[in-house]
Amino acid sequence: MGNKTDIKYLSPVDIELKHQNKYCRFKKMGIDYIDYKDPEFLMRFLNEQGKILPRRITGNSLKFQRRLAVSVKRARQIALLPYVADNLK
Amino acid sequence: MTTYETVFIMNPVLSEDQVKEAVKKFVNHIKANKGKITNEENWGLKKLKYTIQKKKTGFYYLMEFQADGQVINDFEVEFKRDERVIRWQTVKLEKSALAYADRRKKKLSTNAKAE
Repeated sequence: MGNKTDIKYLSPVDIELKHQNKYCRFKKMGIDYIDYKDPEFLMRFLNEQGKILPRRITGNSLKFQRRLAVSVKRARQIALLPYVADNLK
Repeated sequence: MTTYETVFIMNPVLSEDQVKEAVKKFVNHIKANKGKITNEENWGLKKLKYTIQKKKTGFYYLMEFQADGQVINDFEVEFKRDERVIRWQTVKLEKSALAYADRRKKKLSTNAKAE
């Protein structure tokens, strides 16, 4: 049997996994042009290694994810963003 | 006359006036080909996120201008030939990019006035 401290629940605990629906940040804030010249804003969409986060994590719409990818690659070209990084954040 | 925006990075070992002289060369090149400079920003010495030609820093310069398409080809050749410039990127500004650029210019000018 479980040890003394095991708490036995009669009914299964319903941990409500409220799925917080993702939204496209650009549509919501009405941004239509993603500027490649300010790296702070673009950094939010990169992970620690400097890779672009996928849509399923950031919740971006397809149109803006593609524009984001283009501007990130342009920023990398002029050394505002690294291609590879180990501790970007 | 489409609007273009060029950001280029100059070698950090240059002195101040060499940087100015290089920038003047590119500005004159645009003006000579009937282009019009609409905005210029000197970001000064900035740290590069990765080493370019064994350099860790560089003088950044942003130039927004209106020119014909053919002008851009020999503009790029001009960059390629000049050793002082270690990296450059020319981007065409579409509708939304133009609107953003104007907003950015207004914001920068108000900041400049505020200081």
